[in-house]
Amino acid sequence: MTVAAEARPGSDAGRPRRDLGSSLMRLVPPVLVFLAAIAIWELATAGTGRRVIPPPSAIVAAMGRESDLLTRSAIATFTEALGGLLIGSVAGIVIGFATARWAVARDILVPLAVGASTIPLIAIAPIIGNWFGVLNPLSKMMMAALLVFFPVVINVIRGLVEVQPAQLELMRSYASSPTEVLRKVRVPNMLPFLFTALKVAATLAFIGAIVAEYFGGTSAVIGRVVLTSMSSGRFDVAWAGIIIGALGALGAYLIVVIAERLIIPWSPSFRA
Amino acid sequence: MSSVPVTPPASDALAVRLAGVHKSFPVKGGSSTVALEDIGLDIGTGEFVSLIGPSGCGKSTLLRIVGDLIEPTAGTVEVNGKPAHQARIDRDYGMVFQAPVLFDWRTVEANVRLPLELMTGAAGADRDRRVREMLDLVGLADFTRHHPHQLSGGMQQRVAIARALVFEPALLLMDEPFGALDEMTRERLNGEVLKVWARTGTTVIFVTHSIPEAVFLSTRVVVMSPRPGRISEIIDIDLPQPRTEETRESERYFELVTQVREALRAQHGGGASAARARAEGGIG
Ligand SMILES: Nc1ncnc2c1ncn2[C@@H]1O[C@H](COP(=O)(O)OP(=O)(O)O)[C@@H](O)[C@H]1O
Ligand SMILES: [Mg+2]
Repeated sequence: MTVAAEARPGSDAGRPRRDLGSSLMRLVPPVLVFLAAIAIWELATAGTGRRVIPPPSAIVAAMGRESDLLTRSAIATFTEALGGLLIGSVAGIVIGFATARWAVARDILVPLAVGASTIPLIAIAPIIGNWFGVLNPLSKMMMAALLVFFPVVINVIRGLVEVQPAQLELMRSYASSPTEVLRKVRVPNMLPFLFTALKVAATLAFIGAIVAEYFGGTSAVIGRVVLTSMSSGRFDVAWAGIIIGALGALGAYLIVVIAERLIIPWSPSFRA
Repeated sequence: MSSVPVTPPASDALAVRLAGVHKSFPVKGGSSTVALEDIGLDIGTGEFVSLIGPSGCGKSTLLRIVGDLIEPTAGTVEVNGKPAHQARIDRDYGMVFQAPVLFDWRTVEANVRLPLELMTGAAGADRDRRVREMLDLVGLADFTRHHPHQLSGGMQQRVAIARALVFEPALLLMDEPFGALDEMTRERLNGEVLKVWARTGTTVIFVTHSIPEAVFLSTRVVVMSPRPGRISEIIDIDLPQPRTEETRESERYFELVTQVREALRAQHGGGASAARARAEGGIG
Protein backbone atom coordinates (compact mmCIF):
# COMPACT_ATOMS: atom_id res chain seq x y z
CA MET A 1 0.00 0.00 0.00
CA THR A 2 2.55 2.52 1.14
CA VAL A 3 6.28 2.22 1.27
CA ALA A 4 7.08 2.72 4.90
CA ALA A 5 8.61 6.05 5.68
CA GLU A 6 11.70 5.95 7.81
CA ALA A 7 13.10 8.24 10.41
CA ARG A 8 16.58 9.52 9.75
CA PRO A 9 18.02 10.45 13.07
CA GLY A 10 21.06 12.58 12.45
CA SER A 11 22.98 14.94 14.61
CA ASP A 12 22.84 18.62 13.99
CA ALA A 13 24.08 20.42 16.98
CA GLY A 14 23.21 23.76 18.39
CA ARG A 15 19.85 24.29 16.81
CA PRO A 16 17.21 25.43 19.30
CA ARG A 17 14.17 23.24 19.65
CA ARG A 18 10.87 24.59 18.44
CA ASP A 19 8.72 25.40 21.43
CA LEU A 20 5.02 24.73 21.67
CA GLY A 21 4.06 28.39 21.21
CA SER A 22 5.83 28.75 17.91
CA SER A 23 4.46 25.39 16.80
CA LEU A 24 0.94 26.71 17.40
CA MET A 25 1.76 29.95 15.61
CA ARG A 26 2.81 27.96 12.59
CA LEU A 27 -0.65 26.37 12.54
CA VAL A 28 -2.37 29.72 12.04
CA PRO A 29 -1.83 30.15 8.26
CA PRO A 30 -3.01 26.64 7.26
CA VAL A 31 -6.07 26.97 9.50
CA LEU A 32 -6.94 30.31 7.88
CA VAL A 33 -6.56 28.83 4.39
CA PHE A 34 -8.73 25.89 5.44
CA LEU A 35 -11.51 28.19 6.73
CA ALA A 36 -11.30 30.25 3.54
CA ALA A 37 -11.66 27.09 1.45
CA ILE A 38 -14.75 26.09 3.43
CA ALA A 39 -16.23 29.55 2.88
CA ILE A 40 -15.57 29.42 -0.86
CA TRP A 41 -17.02 25.90 -1.02
CA GLU A 42 -20.14 27.14 0.78
CA LEU A 43 -20.55 30.17 -1.51
CA ALA A 44 -20.00 28.12 -4.65
CA THR A 45 -22.53 25.43 -3.71
CA ALA A 46 -25.08 27.34 -1.64
CA GLY A 47 -28.65 27.11 -2.78
CA THR A 48 -28.07 24.10 -4.98
CA GLY A 49 -30.19 21.05 -4.29
CA ARG A 50 -29.08 17.44 -3.97
CA ARG A 51 -25.72 17.56 -5.65
CA VAL A 52 -22.76 15.27 -5.56
CA ILE A 53 -20.94 18.05 -3.76
CA PRO A 54 -23.33 19.68 -1.30
CA PRO A 55 -22.53 22.88 0.60
CA PRO A 56 -20.82 22.46 3.99
CA SER A 57 -23.91 23.78 5.75
CA ALA A 58 -25.96 20.95 4.24
CA ILE A 59 -23.39 18.42 5.43
CA VAL A 60 -23.54 19.83 8.95
CA ALA A 61 -27.34 19.69 8.80
CA ALA A 62 -27.16 16.05 7.71
CA MET A 63 -24.89 15.32 10.65
CA GLY A 64 -27.56 16.68 12.97
CA ARG A 65 -30.38 14.86 11.25
CA GLU A 66 -28.62 11.50 11.15
CA SER A 67 -26.73 11.94 14.39
CA ASP A 68 -27.94 8.65 15.81
CA LEU A 69 -26.84 6.51 12.84
CA LEU A 70 -23.62 8.45 12.39
CA THR A 71 -22.68 8.16 16.05
CA ARG A 72 -23.22 4.41 16.07
CA SER A 73 -21.31 4.10 12.81
CA ALA A 74 -18.43 6.23 14.06
CA ILE A 75 -18.11 4.17 17.23
CA ALA A 76 -18.12 0.93 15.24
CA THR A 77 -15.61 2.10 12.64
CA PHE A 78 -13.29 3.82 15.12
CA THR A 79 -13.27 0.64 17.19
CA GLU A 80 -12.30 -1.40 14.13
CA ALA A 81 -9.58 1.05 13.10
CA LEU A 82 -8.09 1.56 16.55
CA GLY A 83 -8.30 -2.15 17.32
CA GLY A 84 -6.49 -2.83 14.06
CA LEU A 85 -3.93 -0.17 14.88
CA LEU A 86 -3.31 -1.82 18.23
CA ILE A 87 -3.14 -5.39 16.87
CA GLY A 88 -0.96 -4.44 13.90
CA SER A 89 1.41 -2.32 15.99
CA VAL A 90 1.85 -4.90 18.72
CA ALA A 91 2.41 -7.64 16.14
CA GLY A 92 4.89 -5.43 14.27
CA ILE A 93 6.78 -4.54 17.43
CA VAL A 94 6.90 -8.13 18.71
CA ILE A 95 8.00 -9.60 15.38
CA GLY A 96 10.42 -6.71 14.85
CA PHE A 97 12.11 -7.39 18.17
CA ALA A 98 12.15 -11.12 17.60
CA THR A 99 13.73 -10.93 14.16
CA ALA A 100 16.11 -8.03 14.71
CA ARG A 101 18.13 -10.34 16.95
CA TRP A 102 18.85 -12.84 14.20
CA ALA A 103 20.62 -11.46 11.17
CA VAL A 104 19.34 -14.25 8.90
CA ALA A 105 15.69 -13.80 9.86
CA ARG A 106 16.04 -10.06 9.47
CA ASP A 107 17.69 -10.29 6.06
CA ILE A 108 14.86 -12.47 4.83
CA LEU A 109 12.02 -10.63 6.53
CA VAL A 110 12.86 -7.02 5.67
CA PRO A 111 12.87 -7.46 1.87
CA LEU A 112 9.69 -9.52 2.13
CA ALA A 113 8.02 -6.91 4.30
CA VAL A 114 9.10 -4.08 2.00
CA GLY A 115 7.80 -6.09 -0.96
CA ALA A 116 4.52 -6.88 0.77
CA SER A 117 4.02 -3.26 1.77
CA THR A 118 4.22 -2.17 -1.88
CA ILE A 119 1.48 -4.52 -3.12
CA PRO A 120 -2.12 -3.29 -2.81
CA LEU A 121 -3.05 -5.25 0.30
CA ILE A 122 -6.50 -3.74 0.08
CA ALA A 123 -7.14 -6.20 -2.75
CA ILE A 124 -7.28 -9.07 -0.29
CA ALA A 125 -9.97 -7.40 1.82
CA PRO A 126 -12.69 -9.74 0.43
CA ILE A 127 -10.60 -12.76 1.40
CA ILE A 128 -10.11 -11.48 4.93
CA GLY A 129 -13.84 -10.71 5.03
CA ASN A 130 -14.64 -14.29 4.14
CA TRP A 131 -12.05 -15.68 6.50
CA PHE A 132 -13.25 -13.92 9.65
CA GLY A 133 -16.84 -13.49 8.43
CA VAL A 134 -18.07 -10.22 6.88
CA LEU A 135 -20.47 -9.59 9.73
CA ASN A 136 -17.73 -9.95 12.32
CA PRO A 137 -16.05 -6.59 13.12
CA LEU A 138 -12.85 -8.59 13.57
CA SER A 139 -12.59 -8.94 9.78
CA LYS A 140 -12.34 -5.13 9.45
CA MET A 141 -9.94 -4.94 12.34
CA MET A 142 -7.68 -7.53 10.75
CA MET A 143 -7.62 -5.62 7.46
CA ALA A 144 -6.56 -2.49 9.34
CA ALA A 145 -4.01 -4.52 11.32
CA LEU A 146 -2.54 -5.95 8.13
CA LEU A 147 -1.93 -2.49 6.67
CA VAL A 148 -0.47 -1.27 9.95
CA PHE A 149 1.81 -4.26 10.47
CA PHE A 150 4.25 -3.73 7.60
CA PRO A 151 5.45 -0.17 8.18
CA VAL A 152 5.70 -0.90 11.90
CA VAL A 153 7.72 -4.09 11.58
CA ILE A 154 10.07 -2.56 9.00
CA ASN A 155 10.76 0.52 11.08
CA VAL A 156 11.17 -1.38 14.33
CA ILE A 157 13.79 -3.63 12.73
CA ARG A 158 15.58 -0.67 11.15
CA GLY A 159 15.55 1.27 14.39
CA LEU A 160 16.98 -1.65 16.34
CA VAL A 161 19.62 -2.44 13.73
CA GLU A 162 20.64 0.91 12.28
CA VAL A 163 22.64 2.07 15.26
CA GLN A 164 25.73 4.21 14.73
CA PRO A 165 28.72 1.83 14.69
CA ALA A 166 30.62 4.25 16.93
CA GLN A 167 27.91 3.92 19.58
CA LEU A 168 28.30 0.15 19.52
CA GLU A 169 32.08 0.55 19.78
CA LEU A 170 31.64 2.77 22.79
CA MET A 171 29.44 0.16 24.45
CA ARG A 172 32.02 -2.48 23.58
CA SER A 173 34.72 -0.43 25.27
CA TYR A 174 32.59 -0.59 28.43
CA ALA A 175 32.40 -4.39 28.02
CA SER A 176 28.60 -4.13 28.11
CA SER A 177 26.37 -7.13 27.51
CA PRO A 178 24.02 -7.51 24.51
CA THR A 179 21.09 -6.93 26.88
CA GLU A 180 22.58 -3.64 28.02
CA VAL A 181 23.19 -2.61 24.40
CA LEU A 182 19.55 -3.44 23.64
CA ARG A 183 18.18 -1.50 26.59
CA LYS A 184 20.49 1.49 26.54
CA VAL A 185 21.07 1.92 22.81
CA ARG A 186 18.93 -0.10 20.43
CA VAL A 187 15.52 0.50 21.99
CA PRO A 188 15.87 4.29 22.40
CA ASN A 189 17.41 4.45 18.92
CA MET A 190 14.34 2.62 17.58
CA LEU A 191 11.70 4.93 19.11
CA PRO A 192 11.86 7.74 16.50
CA PHE A 193 11.56 5.08 13.76
CA LEU A 194 8.56 3.56 15.56
CA PHE A 195 6.74 6.89 15.83
CA THR A 196 7.36 7.63 12.17
CA ALA A 197 5.71 4.29 11.39
CA LEU A 198 2.83 4.89 13.79
CA LYS A 199 1.98 8.21 12.15
CA VAL A 200 1.61 6.45 8.81
CA ALA A 201 -0.15 3.54 10.50
CA ALA A 202 -2.76 5.75 12.19
CA THR A 203 -4.21 6.78 8.83
CA LEU A 204 -3.67 3.35 7.25
CA ALA A 205 -5.79 1.80 10.00
CA PHE A 206 -8.78 3.96 9.03
CA ILE A 207 -8.25 3.27 5.33
CA GLY A 208 -8.13 -0.46 6.05
CA ALA A 209 -11.22 -0.47 8.21
CA ILE A 210 -13.38 1.67 5.89
CA VAL A 211 -12.33 -0.10 2.68
CA ALA A 212 -13.04 -3.46 4.33
CA GLU A 213 -16.51 -2.15 5.17
CA TYR A 214 -17.11 -1.40 1.47
CA PHE A 215 -16.82 -5.13 0.83
CA GLY A 216 -19.85 -5.89 2.99
CA GLY A 217 -20.91 -6.38 6.54
CA THR A 218 -23.14 -4.71 9.11
CA SER A 219 -24.83 -1.48 8.04
CA ALA A 220 -24.09 0.87 10.95
CA VAL A 221 -20.48 1.55 9.97
CA ILE A 222 -18.98 4.55 8.20
CA GLY A 223 -18.14 2.66 5.01
CA ARG A 224 -21.64 1.28 4.58
CA VAL A 225 -23.28 4.60 5.45
CA VAL A 226 -21.24 6.31 2.73
CA LEU A 227 -22.07 3.61 0.17
CA THR A 228 -25.81 3.29 0.85
CA SER A 229 -26.51 7.01 1.14
CA MET A 230 -24.50 7.60 -2.03
CA SER A 231 -26.60 5.06 -3.98
CA SER A 232 -29.83 6.59 -2.70
CA GLY A 233 -28.72 10.08 -3.69
CA ARG A 234 -28.29 11.37 -0.13
CA PHE A 235 -24.93 12.92 -0.85
CA ASP A 236 -25.02 15.14 2.23
CA VAL A 237 -25.15 12.08 4.51
CA ALA A 238 -22.39 10.37 2.49
CA TRP A 239 -20.18 13.43 2.93
CA ALA A 240 -20.97 13.55 6.62
CA GLY A 241 -19.70 9.97 6.88
CA ILE A 242 -16.56 10.77 4.89
CA ILE A 243 -15.78 13.75 7.11
CA ILE A 244 -16.32 11.75 10.30
CA GLY A 245 -13.97 9.07 8.97
CA ALA A 246 -11.39 11.72 8.12
CA LEU A 247 -11.70 13.28 11.57
CA GLY A 248 -11.14 9.87 13.14
CA ALA A 249 -7.94 9.35 11.17
CA LEU A 250 -6.78 12.88 11.95
CA GLY A 251 -7.50 12.35 15.64
CA ALA A 252 -5.52 9.11 15.72
CA TYR A 253 -2.64 10.82 13.91
CA LEU A 254 -2.65 13.73 16.35
CA ILE A 255 -2.64 11.37 19.32
CA VAL A 256 0.49 9.72 17.90
CA VAL A 257 2.09 13.14 17.32
CA ILE A 258 1.36 14.24 20.89
CA ALA A 259 2.62 10.94 22.30
CA GLU A 260 5.80 11.37 20.27
CA ARG A 261 6.33 14.84 21.71
CA LEU A 262 5.83 13.58 25.23
CA ILE A 263 7.74 10.31 25.02
CA ILE A 264 10.70 11.28 22.84
CA PRO A 265 11.04 15.08 23.03
CA TRP A 266 14.72 14.61 22.14
CA SER A 267 13.92 13.07 18.76
CA PRO A 268 15.86 14.44 15.78
CA SER A 269 12.55 14.60 13.90
CA PHE A 270 11.67 17.74 15.88
CA ARG A 271 14.79 19.46 14.59
CA ALA A 272 14.36 18.92 10.87
CA MET B 1 62.67 -1.40 13.87
CA SER B 2 65.77 -1.62 16.02
CA SER B 3 66.79 1.90 15.04
CA VAL B 4 63.88 3.49 16.90
CA PRO B 5 65.20 5.30 19.97
CA VAL B 6 62.88 4.02 22.66
CA THR B 7 62.95 6.10 25.81
CA PRO B 8 62.33 4.03 28.91
CA PRO B 9 59.08 5.07 30.53
CA ALA B 10 59.24 7.39 33.48
CA SER B 11 57.80 4.90 35.91
CA ASP B 12 58.67 1.24 36.07
CA ALA B 13 54.99 0.30 36.03
CA LEU B 14 53.97 -0.22 32.42
CA ALA B 15 50.52 0.91 31.31
CA VAL B 16 50.88 -0.42 27.77
CA ARG B 17 53.31 -2.87 26.25
CA LEU B 18 53.21 -3.49 22.51
CA ALA B 19 55.56 -6.03 20.97
CA GLY B 20 55.76 -7.08 17.32
CA VAL B 21 52.26 -5.82 16.59
CA HIS B 22 51.19 -6.38 13.04
CA LYS B 23 47.84 -5.69 11.44
CA SER B 24 46.67 -6.35 7.92
CA PHE B 25 43.18 -5.93 6.56
CA PRO B 26 41.91 -8.20 3.80
CA VAL B 27 40.86 -6.36 0.66
CA LYS B 28 38.66 -7.77 -2.05
CA GLY B 29 40.63 -9.66 -4.65
CA GLY B 30 42.44 -11.76 -2.08
CA SER B 31 45.29 -9.37 -1.23
CA SER B 32 45.56 -7.34 1.97
CA THR B 33 46.49 -3.89 3.23
CA VAL B 34 49.24 -3.84 5.79
CA ALA B 35 48.05 -1.18 8.22
CA LEU B 36 50.69 -1.75 10.90
CA GLU B 37 54.04 -3.50 10.78
CA ASP B 38 56.24 -4.50 13.67
CA ILE B 39 55.07 -1.98 16.23
CA GLY B 40 56.91 -2.07 19.54
CA LEU B 41 56.15 0.52 22.19
CA ASP B 42 56.20 0.68 25.96
CA ILE B 43 54.16 3.34 27.73
CA GLY B 44 54.63 3.98 31.43
CA THR B 45 51.82 4.63 33.85
CA GLY B 46 50.90 8.29 33.92
CA GLU B 47 52.50 9.11 30.58
CA PHE B 48 50.85 11.28 27.94
CA VAL B 49 51.82 9.86 24.56
CA SER B 50 50.72 11.33 21.24
CA LEU B 51 50.63 9.43 17.96
CA ILE B 52 51.19 11.63 14.94
CA GLY B 53 51.57 10.87 11.27
CA PRO B 54 49.89 11.35 7.91
CA SER B 55 46.40 9.99 7.21
CA GLY B 56 46.36 6.25 6.72
CA CYS B 57 49.52 5.52 8.68
CA GLY B 58 47.60 3.38 11.13
CA LYS B 59 47.16 5.67 14.15
CA SER B 60 43.49 4.81 14.64
CA THR B 61 44.17 1.15 13.98
CA LEU B 62 46.87 1.13 16.64
CA LEU B 63 44.61 2.86 19.14
CA ARG B 64 41.79 0.42 18.41
CA ILE B 65 44.14 -2.52 18.91
CA VAL B 66 45.25 -1.15 22.27
CA GLY B 67 41.58 -0.71 23.21
CA ASP B 68 40.68 -4.25 22.06
CA LEU B 69 38.14 -2.99 19.57
CA ILE B 70 40.02 -4.97 16.91
CA GLU B 71 42.60 -7.71 17.20
CA PRO B 72 46.13 -7.54 15.84
CA THR B 73 47.10 -10.02 13.13
CA ALA B 74 50.24 -10.79 15.11
CA GLY B 75 52.04 -9.55 18.19
CA THR B 76 51.19 -9.01 21.82
CA VAL B 77 49.30 -6.18 23.50
CA GLU B 78 49.43 -5.87 27.26
CA VAL B 79 47.63 -3.23 29.26
CA ASN B 80 48.40 -2.90 32.95
CA GLY B 81 50.14 -6.27 32.75
CA LYS B 82 47.07 -8.01 31.28
CA PRO B 83 46.06 -8.94 27.74
CA ALA B 84 44.10 -6.09 26.12
CA HIS B 85 40.94 -8.19 26.12
CA GLN B 86 41.10 -8.66 29.88
CA ALA B 87 41.77 -4.94 30.34
CA ARG B 88 38.60 -4.17 28.40
CA ILE B 89 36.57 -6.61 30.49
CA ASP B 90 38.04 -4.92 33.58
CA ARG B 91 36.91 -1.55 32.19
CA ASP B 92 40.38 -0.08 32.11
CA TYR B 93 39.65 2.08 29.07
CA GLY B 94 38.12 5.46 28.61
CA MET B 95 37.63 6.30 24.95
CA VAL B 96 37.06 9.54 23.11
CA PHE B 97 36.55 9.45 19.36
CA GLN B 98 36.71 12.19 16.77
CA ALA B 99 32.91 12.48 16.84
CA PRO B 100 31.49 12.93 20.34
CA VAL B 101 29.27 9.80 20.04
CA LEU B 102 26.67 11.04 22.52
CA PHE B 103 23.20 9.61 22.89
CA ASP B 104 20.43 11.97 21.75
CA TRP B 105 17.99 10.59 24.27
CA ARG B 106 20.16 11.28 27.26
CA THR B 107 20.78 14.62 28.86
CA VAL B 108 24.37 15.79 29.28
CA GLU B 109 24.30 14.48 32.82
CA ALA B 110 22.85 11.11 31.80
CA ASN B 111 25.38 10.73 29.00
CA VAL B 112 28.21 11.18 31.49
CA ARG B 113 26.51 8.81 33.91
CA LEU B 114 26.22 5.98 31.36
CA PRO B 115 29.50 4.18 32.13
CA LEU B 116 28.70 4.31 35.85
CA GLU B 117 25.28 2.77 35.19
CA LEU B 118 26.96 -0.07 33.36
CA MET B 119 29.64 -0.56 35.99
CA THR B 120 27.41 -1.45 38.90
CA GLY B 121 29.95 -0.64 41.60
CA ALA B 122 29.10 3.01 42.27
CA ALA B 123 26.05 3.72 44.40
CA GLY B 124 23.45 6.34 43.42
CA ALA B 125 24.55 9.34 45.44
CA ASP B 126 28.24 8.74 44.89
CA ARG B 127 27.52 8.32 41.21
CA ASP B 128 25.74 11.67 40.94
CA ARG B 129 28.54 13.41 42.82
CA ARG B 130 31.14 12.05 40.40
CA VAL B 131 29.10 13.07 37.39
CA ARG B 132 28.77 16.60 38.77
CA GLU B 133 32.47 16.80 39.54
CA MET B 134 33.38 15.78 36.02
CA LEU B 135 30.97 18.25 34.46
CA ASP B 136 32.46 20.95 36.67
CA LEU B 137 35.92 20.01 35.54
CA VAL B 138 35.05 20.38 31.85
CA GLY B 139 33.08 23.57 32.48
CA LEU B 140 29.60 22.24 31.77
CA ALA B 141 28.07 22.53 35.23
CA ASP B 142 25.34 24.79 33.84
CA PHE B 143 24.35 22.41 31.07
CA THR B 144 23.57 19.20 32.93
CA ARG B 145 19.93 19.09 31.78
CA HIS B 146 20.58 19.96 28.17
CA HIS B 147 20.42 17.42 25.40
CA PRO B 148 23.47 16.95 23.18
CA HIS B 149 21.95 18.66 20.14
CA GLN B 150 21.54 21.84 22.16
CA LEU B 151 25.31 22.13 22.59
CA SER B 152 28.08 23.30 20.28
CA GLY B 153 30.56 20.82 18.86
CA GLY B 154 33.21 21.80 21.40
CA MET B 155 30.79 21.38 24.29
CA GLN B 156 29.71 17.98 22.98
CA GLN B 157 33.31 16.86 22.88
CA ARG B 158 33.74 18.02 26.47
CA VAL B 159 30.79 15.84 27.44
CA ALA B 160 32.52 12.92 25.74
CA ILE B 161 35.70 13.65 27.70
CA ALA B 162 33.79 13.87 30.99
CA ARG B 163 32.11 10.55 30.17
CA ALA B 164 35.45 8.92 29.38
CA LEU B 165 36.93 10.09 32.67
CA VAL B 166 34.03 9.69 35.07
CA PHE B 167 34.87 6.11 36.00
CA GLU B 168 38.56 6.94 36.37
CA PRO B 169 39.87 4.55 33.75
CA ALA B 170 43.52 3.58 33.98
CA LEU B 171 44.03 4.36 30.32
CA LEU B 172 42.48 7.12 28.24
CA LEU B 173 42.46 6.57 24.47
CA MET B 174 41.68 9.65 22.38
CA ASP B 175 41.43 9.53 18.59
CA GLU B 176 41.69 13.05 17.16
CA PRO B 177 39.17 14.31 19.70
CA PHE B 178 39.57 17.93 18.64
CA GLY B 179 40.09 17.35 14.92
CA ALA B 180 36.76 18.89 13.98
CA LEU B 181 37.08 21.97 16.20
CA ASP B 182 38.37 25.44 15.54
CA GLU B 183 41.83 26.41 16.73
CA MET B 184 40.70 28.49 19.71
CA THR B 185 38.34 25.85 21.08
CA ARG B 186 41.00 23.25 20.51
CA GLU B 187 43.59 25.17 22.54
CA ARG B 188 41.18 25.68 25.40
CA LEU B 189 40.27 22.00 25.45
CA ASN B 190 43.96 21.09 25.35
CA GLY B 191 44.33 23.00 28.57
CA GLU B 192 41.35 21.19 30.06
CA VAL B 193 42.66 17.78 29.09
CA LEU B 194 45.98 18.55 30.77
CA LYS B 195 44.17 19.70 33.88
CA VAL B 196 42.23 16.45 34.01
CA TRP B 197 45.35 14.43 33.31
CA ALA B 198 47.25 16.14 36.13
CA ARG B 199 44.38 15.60 38.54
CA THR B 200 43.57 11.97 37.74
CA GLY B 201 47.05 10.67 36.89
CA THR B 202 45.58 8.56 34.10
CA THR B 203 47.74 7.36 31.22
CA VAL B 204 46.78 8.95 27.89
CA ILE B 205 47.31 7.88 24.29
CA PHE B 206 46.30 10.74 22.04
CA VAL B 207 46.04 10.62 18.25
CA THR B 208 46.38 13.93 16.46
CA HIS B 209 47.18 15.56 13.13
CA SER B 210 48.38 18.71 14.79
CA ILE B 211 52.08 19.08 15.58
CA PRO B 212 51.64 21.96 18.07
CA GLU B 213 48.92 20.02 19.86
CA ALA B 214 51.10 16.91 20.13
CA VAL B 215 54.06 18.88 21.50
CA PHE B 216 52.02 20.94 23.92
CA LEU B 217 50.22 17.98 25.47
CA SER B 218 52.65 15.10 25.48
CA THR B 219 55.47 13.65 27.47
CA ARG B 220 56.42 11.73 24.31
CA VAL B 221 55.45 12.07 20.67
CA VAL B 222 55.42 8.92 18.55
CA VAL B 223 55.94 9.78 14.88
CA MET B 224 54.48 7.24 12.47
CA SER B 225 55.01 6.70 8.75
CA PRO B 226 52.60 5.12 6.27
CA ARG B 227 52.57 2.13 3.89
CA PRO B 228 53.12 0.13 5.95
CA GLY B 229 52.38 1.87 9.22
CA ARG B 230 55.48 1.97 11.38
CA ILE B 231 56.93 3.99 14.20
CA SER B 232 59.61 6.10 12.60
CA GLU B 233 60.71 8.15 15.57
CA ILE B 234 59.89 8.80 19.22
CA ILE B 235 60.58 12.29 20.53
CA ASP B 236 60.78 13.10 24.23
CA ILE B 237 58.97 16.29 25.13
CA ASP B 238 60.97 17.70 28.03
CA LEU B 239 58.91 20.85 28.49
CA PRO B 240 58.30 21.57 32.17
CA GLN B 241 54.98 20.67 33.81
CA PRO B 242 52.44 22.07 34.20
CA ARG B 243 52.10 23.32 30.66
CA THR B 244 50.63 26.81 30.39
CA GLU B 245 50.10 29.49 27.79
CA GLU B 246 53.73 30.47 28.37
CA THR B 247 54.75 26.99 27.30
CA ARG B 248 53.40 27.78 23.85
CA GLU B 249 55.70 30.78 23.64
CA SER B 250 58.86 29.18 25.00
CA GLU B 251 61.89 28.62 22.82
CA ARG B 252 62.09 24.94 23.69
CA TYR B 253 58.50 24.50 22.52
CA PHE B 254 59.35 25.88 19.08
CA GLU B 255 62.44 23.69 18.88
CA LEU B 256 60.38 20.60 19.63
CA VAL B 257 57.67 21.59 17.14
CA THR B 258 60.39 21.91 14.51
CA GLN B 259 61.88 18.58 15.54
CA VAL B 260 58.55 16.78 15.15
CA ARG B 261 57.90 18.52 11.83
CA GLU B 262 61.27 17.42 10.52
CA ALA B 263 60.70 13.88 11.71
CA LEU B 264 57.44 13.82 9.79
CA ARG B 265 59.09 15.26 6.71
CA ALA B 266 62.10 12.96 6.82
CA GLN B 267 60.03 9.83 6.38
CA HIS B 268 59.08 10.69 2.81
CA GLY B 269 62.25 12.39 1.67
CA GLY B 270 60.31 15.67 1.62
CA GLY B 271 56.93 16.86 2.72
CA ALA B 272 55.10 16.14 -0.54
CA SER B 273 53.31 12.97 0.36
CA ALA B 274 52.52 14.09 3.88
CA ALA B 275 50.98 17.23 2.43
CA ARG B 276 49.04 15.09 -0.01
CA ALA B 277 47.85 12.84 2.78
CA ARG B 278 46.63 15.89 4.66
CA ALA B 279 44.89 17.22 1.59
CA GLU B 280 43.18 13.87 1.07
CA GLY B 281 41.24 14.46 4.20
CA GLY B 282 41.89 15.24 7.79
CA ILE B 283 39.90 12.29 9.00
CA GLY B 284 42.33 9.61 10.00
N1 LIG C 1 38.34 -1.78 8.81
C1 LIG C 1 39.28 -1.62 7.86
N2 LIG C 1 39.24 -2.39 6.74
C2 LIG C 1 40.18 -2.24 5.78
N3 LIG C 1 41.19 -1.38 5.83
C3 LIG C 1 41.30 -0.60 6.92
C4 LIG C 1 40.34 -0.67 7.99
N4 LIG C 1 40.69 0.22 8.94
C5 LIG C 1 41.81 0.83 8.48
N5 LIG C 1 42.18 0.33 7.27
C6 LIG C 1 43.35 0.72 6.49
O1 LIG C 1 44.45 0.73 7.36
C7 LIG C 1 45.28 1.85 7.12
C8 LIG C 1 45.41 2.66 8.39
O2 LIG C 1 44.19 3.25 8.70
P1 LIG C 1 43.95 4.16 9.99
O3 LIG C 1 44.43 3.42 11.16
O4 LIG C 1 42.55 4.59 9.99
O5 LIG C 1 44.91 5.39 9.69
P2 LIG C 1 45.01 6.80 10.43
O6 LIG C 1 44.13 6.78 11.62
O7 LIG C 1 46.44 6.96 10.76
O8 LIG C 1 44.60 7.82 9.43
C9 LIG C 1 44.64 2.62 5.97
O9 LIG C 1 45.29 2.25 4.78
C10 LIG C 1 43.23 2.15 5.98
O10 LIG C 1 42.69 2.18 4.69
MG1 LIG D 1 42.47 7.88 12.21
